[in-house]
Amino acid sequence: MTGWRAIWDGIWQHPGARLGVLLVGAFVAVATVGPWLVGDPLAFVATPLQPPSWQHWLGTTGQGQDVLAQTVCGARPTLIVAGAVGLTVVVVGALVGGLAGFLGGPFDDAASLAINVTLVLPGLPLMVVLAAWLPPGPASIWGVLVLTGWAWNARVIRAATLSLRDRDFVHAAIVAGESPVRIVAVEILPNLLSLLTASFIGATVHAIGAQVGLEFLGLGDVGAVTWGTNLYWATNDAALLTGSWWTFVPTGLGVALVGFGLTLVNYGVDEQTNPRLRSERLWQALLGSSLATRDRTPVAPHLRPTDG
Amino acid sequence: MTAALQVLARRAGLYALAAWAAVTLNFLLPRLMPGDAASVMLARFQGQLEPEALEALRETFGLTDDGLFTQYGQYLGHLVQGDLGTSIAYFPAPVSEVLIEALGWTVLLAGTALILSFGLGTALGAVVAWRRGGWLDRWVPPLLAFIGSFPYFWLAMLLLAVFGFQLRWAPTRHAYADGLAPGWDPVFLLSVGQHLALPLITLVIAGLGGWVMAMRSTMITVLGDGPVTWARARGLPGRWILWRVAARAALLPSLTGFGMALGYVLGGTLLTEIVFGYPGQGYLLLQAVQAQDHPLMQGIFLTITLAVLGANLLVDAVTVALDPRTRR
Repeated sequence: MTGWRAIWDGIWQHPGARLGVLLVGAFVAVATVGPWLVGDPLAFVATPLQPPSWQHWLGTTGQGQDVLAQTVCGARPTLIVAGAVGLTVVVVGALVGGLAGFLGGPFDDAASLAINVTLVLPGLPLMVVLAAWLPPGPASIWGVLVLTGWAWNARVIRAATLSLRDRDFVHAAIVAGESPVRIVAVEILPNLLSLLTASFIGATVHAIGAQVGLEFLGLGDVGAVTWGTNLYWATNDAALLTGSWWTFVPTGLGVALVGFGLTLVNYGVDEQTNPRLRSERLWQALLGSSLATRDRTPVAPHLRPTDG
Repeated sequence: MTAALQVLARRAGLYALAAWAAVTLNFLLPRLMPGDAASVMLARFQGQLEPEALEALRETFGLTDDGLFTQYGQYLGHLVQGDLGTSIAYFPAPVSEVLIEALGWTVLLAGTALILSFGLGTALGAVVAWRRGGWLDRWVPPLLAFIGSFPYFWLAMLLLAVFGFQLRWAPTRHAYADGLAPGWDPVFLLSVGQHLALPLITLVIAGLGGWVMAMRSTMITVLGDGPVTWARARGLPGRWILWRVAARAALLPSLTGFGMALGYVLGGTLLTEIVFGYPGQGYLLLQAVQAQDHPLMQGIFLTITLAVLGANLLVDAVTVALDPRTRR
């Protein structure tokens, strides 16, 4: 059984994942305290579309607002919604997938069908159709992203539950008369902690991208300051025409660095879930010690031990 | 062979169900949304639109006084005849007409991008896995993971700003130059190619990473397998082993991913089209969102869903034909 402690150790001992933790941590810190350190992101402060200068480190937008303030303040709502979506998606996925895998029979059939149908529908057009009927705002975005995003996690967790279903401790719980929901939540899911962590991170990365995309289309609250609306206004204020790269580059870098950081963290978590990956050490190769990979050149693969 | 057909039939059943779900969702959405969203929408257009337009809109959503099941029947009846209702943004053009005009451009852009990124990414993935631990393997996957972290449309904005507006290497908007008449003449085709360049490069760069990583991981498994060891033992040249033995065997999982990727790629295409003002489905989607043109949005959703499902079925058929294991 893998506890939180082991997952954290796995992440921290993995050089790439450690870099990811630092990246994500830096952005969470900015999102938490940043808005108090910069000015009002919506205030008109200078001539529109000014390039970066000492007064305005990242320049001004097409409406004369400070880009640094907008980038910093946009991080908070964006990361909160993404984190909330990631959490909900994992809870829904764990319950549906866990129950489907544990119960089997008609419930599993119905759940699997719902999972497969949801997975095969094209994501973005579906999100647009749903979001367009809802009042614009973070709650609607959250709902739409959960509705369209739960299925992948449910499928993964269902498969993992299937592999645990016939273990002794599960049978013991059944004999003890515990309810299915309790067995899944208390007996089975704690064994899948690292998988659930990886699912949460993956769902959060996906939620950041989808949220920014929807808001870029104008389906968010365009009066609020988020990373998505920053990009929406950058295209709508002719920033591209005038070559004002500073209006969209900082926000895009923010989105990418958080996403990249989370992906790096997941490499560390993955090693917990899948010990076979421990020999992979891709990031160790990237960040120094190339010794680790040297013995793995495929000279005589049949001479190597088959596992790990 | 009958087993193969059974597999295909099961997949086709799933896709049919998904198509039904999409259609029913389109029908139910205006009715299920809180606060009678459809009536609110109609009220908002009152005064903005002519009475005929309002009537057409009401009919599009089937918002008549009949019972729900009768309405559903009418809705399905219209769909079967290819009637997706009337567009608000392009009133009085029917949605289906607007969609068909734009579909060709999206298919051209998304299709070319998918084939190119699949081909390039798969080949690169094979080479990276072959030279495992080499400098390519050390730098290409993390670099692609980083590029892949950017939203597609953000990369599009960057390329547009740099190569379109600053360097002026490529046109910045539309699918062909103003004043040209569409036809099969070289001038027009060249213009189409020039306008395709930037959106295409965006999509290929953004899509490359997934293919490289998928191919790399399958290749690593395959390289340890019997056939490769056998080929090595026979002293066959490395290049022959790489492409004829290993890559061929590793291609199948990527091919399955090809079908799965369609829906995802189309999502990326839609937002990229918007940045480049490329007159496909994505551009329509923006018009639809801005005009709150629900019939058009739902038409786009339905068209793309059907396209994705059809392509998935096609890929399934190819996979079943190529891989004897799926027939068991």
